[in-house]
Amino acid sequence: MIAEAGHYALVLALALALIQSTVPMLGARWGDPALMNVARSTALAQLLFVAASFTALVMLYVNSDFSVVNVFENSHSTKPLLYKITGVWGHHEGSMLLWVAILALFGGLVAAFGNNLRLSLRAHVLAVQGWIAAAFYLFILVTSNPFLRIASPPIEGRDLNPVLQDIGLAVHPPMLYLGYVGFSISFSFAIAALIEGRIDAAWARWVRPWTLVAWIFLTLGIAMGSYWAYYELGWGGWWFWDPVENASLMPWLAGTALLHSAVVMEKRNALKVWTILLSILAFSLSLLGTFLVRSGVLTSVHAFATDPSRGVFILLILCLFIGGSLTLYAWRASALKQGGLFAPVSREGALVLNNLFLTSACATVFIGTLYPLALEVLTGDKISVGAPFFNLTFGPLFVPLLVAMPFGPLLAWKRGDLLGAAQRLTAAGIAALVAIAVLFAWTHGGATLAPLAIGLAIFVIGGALSDLAERMALFRVPLAIAMARARGLPRATWGTAFAHAGIGVALIGIVCETTWNSEYIGTMKPRDVASVAGYQLKLDEITQRQGPNFREMIAQFTVALDGETLQVMMPSKRNFTTRDSSTTEAALLTRGASQLYVSLGDTNAEGAIAVRIYHKPLVLLIWWGPVLMAFGGLLSLSDRRLRVGAPKPAKAARALQPAE
Amino acid sequence: MTLWFVFALMTVAAIFAVLWPLSRGSSAQAGGSEAVVYKDQLAEIDRDVAAGLIGLSEAEAARVEIGRRLLAAADGERNQPAHANLGLRRASAVVALVGLPIAAVTFYLALGSPRLGDFPLASRTRMADASQPLENMVAQVEAHLEKNPTDGRGWTVLAPVLVRLGRVDDAVRAYRNVIQHAGDSAERRSDLGEALVIRAGGVVTAEAKGEFERAVAQNADDPRASYFLGLAAEQDGRKADAAAIWRAMLSKAPADAPWRALIEAALTRVGAPVPPALSDDAMAAARDMNEADRGTMVRGMVDRLAARLKQDGSDVEGWLRLVRAYMVMGERDKATSARTEARQAVAGDAERLRQLNEGLKNLGLDG
Repeated sequence: MIAEAGHYALVLALALALIQSTVPMLGARWGDPALMNVARSTALAQLLFVAASFTALVMLYVNSDFSVVNVFENSHSTKPLLYKITGVWGHHEGSMLLWVAILALFGGLVAAFGNNLRLSLRAHVLAVQGWIAAAFYLFILVTSNPFLRIASPPIEGRDLNPVLQDIGLAVHPPMLYLGYVGFSISFSFAIAALIEGRIDAAWARWVRPWTLVAWIFLTLGIAMGSYWAYYELGWGGWWFWDPVENASLMPWLAGTALLHSAVVMEKRNALKVWTILLSILAFSLSLLGTFLVRSGVLTSVHAFATDPSRGVFILLILCLFIGGSLTLYAWRASALKQGGLFAPVSREGALVLNNLFLTSACATVFIGTLYPLALEVLTGDKISVGAPFFNLTFGPLFVPLLVAMPFGPLLAWKRGDLLGAAQRLTAAGIAALVAIAVLFAWTHGGATLAPLAIGLAIFVIGGALSDLAERMALFRVPLAIAMARARGLPRATWGTAFAHAGIGVALIGIVCETTWNSEYIGTMKPRDVASVAGYQLKLDEITQRQGPNFREMIAQFTVALDGETLQVMMPSKRNFTTRDSSTTEAALLTRGASQLYVSLGDTNAEGAIAVRIYHKPLVLLIWWGPVLMAFGGLLSLSDRRLRVGAPKPAKAARALQPAE
Repeated sequence: MTLWFVFALMTVAAIFAVLWPLSRGSSAQAGGSEAVVYKDQLAEIDRDVAAGLIGLSEAEAARVEIGRRLLAAADGERNQPAHANLGLRRASAVVALVGLPIAAVTFYLALGSPRLGDFPLASRTRMADASQPLENMVAQVEAHLEKNPTDGRGWTVLAPVLVRLGRVDDAVRAYRNVIQHAGDSAERRSDLGEALVIRAGGVVTAEAKGEFERAVAQNADDPRASYFLGLAAEQDGRKADAAAIWRAMLSKAPADAPWRALIEAALTRVGAPVPPALSDDAMAAARDMNEADRGTMVRGMVDRLAARLKQDGSDVEGWLRLVRAYMVMGERDKATSARTEARQAVAGDAERLRQLNEGLKNLGLDG
């Protein structure tokens, strides 16, 4: 009954989505408030039914009900409970159900908390959400239904792909989907604005926090996915420019641009049309990401669905929504009123520059990801666009962006003072130059670019700190007053500083990891010693162990630094009988932000084992950076003040500073 | 019946979600207007000034700007009359009351299986699970061997079971331990080699070939090692070598060796002529027999083949040989019934069925 009730709930959600997508539109057209209010109750009811449906699937997994095809194909009775639950979205059908559940959640939130929205705006927004939801319910029910049954259930399931049996699956997909689907809100708002032909203050007030929520989750989701790949795949790589990774990076870049232009829009009522376009692009790229991963066009770790009929269906959804929204944009954008003038050198100008670089970077990733696919479709040639392409295109776009980044927050709204901003960044610049000089002296003759890149990162971090120091008037007023001012600063300002510093931190990690990474790859027998970056790793023994649904071969290494024993590392190799596949479980030893990484290969006839040992200096900074960025986003989100970009009269700025 | 009751409840809830706002009529003029946001913003500026976050002149500039937007918004909002559209409301209500349940149930019935109950694992009997005790035993033996890794006899027992359970990697390791702790022999080397071949998906790897060569070095007549060495030659593209190895095996083999059919099939595959099913001595003996004795001997062989195929029907070559034998002996009805049995035996495997039908066509017995 659980399975069938969940199935029926999903069908009802589809029916409600269809009503939600039409009735409120008619209501808005004829100005009938009752019809417009249908959007709200149907959105809430839809959330209820999808949540019921999702809960039903979770229960089926927990009970190991193998009469459901989907459970049979992706679960196993001996799997630990955590992986039974996370396994719900560890495959195509379940992950699509999670997708719509999150979509319904966002729709429900708009319905529940959208009291300060104009009635017709809310009706339009929810109707657009209804279109998206209806399309995806239909997709799930017709091509990837998780509730199909087997009349005579098998005794045991086929188990989940072992690579996915990891805590990462509990975190990475839900985060990523919260990010992807979160952009649907700004998309719906954009479409609603285009349909209505007007953008008002409530519009801007709503779009920024929703974009911020989506962006925070997407940032964490991508970082988490990267760390997961790093420790699970056994190669110590954290970013491969794999098309699936790019698919998540593109909405992130567009979303970051949207976030910044939404600030301009909220504070200064400018860049309206551009913000609308970015909203459409961010969600379109999210849909594209879903399409690339789910259609089976790409083969990778993520492509656990390869079925052409699904691909065609998703392609239809994609054409409908992206094509439709862009057509609507082309048709209606001119009807929107532009507002808010500003000088080229100003906060707005800086944000426009940011937008230009971010969208260009997004475009290069787009080309690098889709060009090989397009070429294969048209000519049948298979080419692969790898890291060199992205390093050569993405890198040069990001360098000027990072150079310009510290200037932005220091410029005033409407008209800014570039020279003044540069003066205030002197300290950061000096810190960067010192760092470059020290690194050159230290590494003499090594890579030329690495010290420069680290200098740039220091400049970015220093710039973020300078901005804070400037606002606190640190070193110009007594410390106690500066502290008081720091407490009084809007949390959004702290958020900006954290997020910008996070980029610098991540950059340091990336440069250090790629430049000064050292490795040992070879075969070892018990009592052999390998030495990497000053560490001695002694292979003590190799043992076997039985896990809940796998056999495990564990190698025990004793790590010593300068003769002093530090710790024992136990990398292992797991063998999953049901799927006849194995995974490597790397062992990590963290020293500060650096890590020692050991993963196992195959054993040979003589009992020796292939071992890969890496020393990765400051590698953890790569993920601390995004965490800092997300934390900055949270701070900014918690700042519930209404935002008014008060244009500073030139004299007023001086008047603020205390007399010396 | 409870299921349909639950469905009905859910449907009612869904219908209610649509009807409820419709019934509330035009009194529900909720929702914010733009002016509210601007008024909030003005209040916010006052609070900021009070808290000392922004200066007075900045606050004034901001108030002016918000005031401008407020005026613009007030202009825009005037042309928004709200009026009830009864016709549309009634139509929506009808859609919710009639259309929604019909559409939902129709759609569901096309996809769902309302007659199937739940089958949670806990409620199902474990009697049918024959593999469970075996796996438990294996786990016990493995635990024992973990403590006494030098127990050669234990490894000898465990290894073939692991192969059967599909845990080939572990089986390879187990066979290595057998050789290490229970002593080396041709048969054990062959076991290990065979496990290696299974692990490689049927390819005789260099590693496996090494094991078979060691086996042959200890016992030149080990049939399994010889067969796989022939297979290795075949996979290397040296078909003549393969055929030579296999022919040598057949010439040395006893007439009733159970693997004879396998080798003959292999020889056919590499395109070498199959030597007569009897060794030279047996043929010489057969020549000396009288007609009746020879007939008995041939019949005995054919019956043995038929009996073997009754037990394991997956051997297509064997079936074809049997049919051919009946045809030669002039027993066409038996050939036809063998053909029917063969088709039944391999019906589950499309590839084998195809091979069988092709072979039958060559014998002129298709249909």
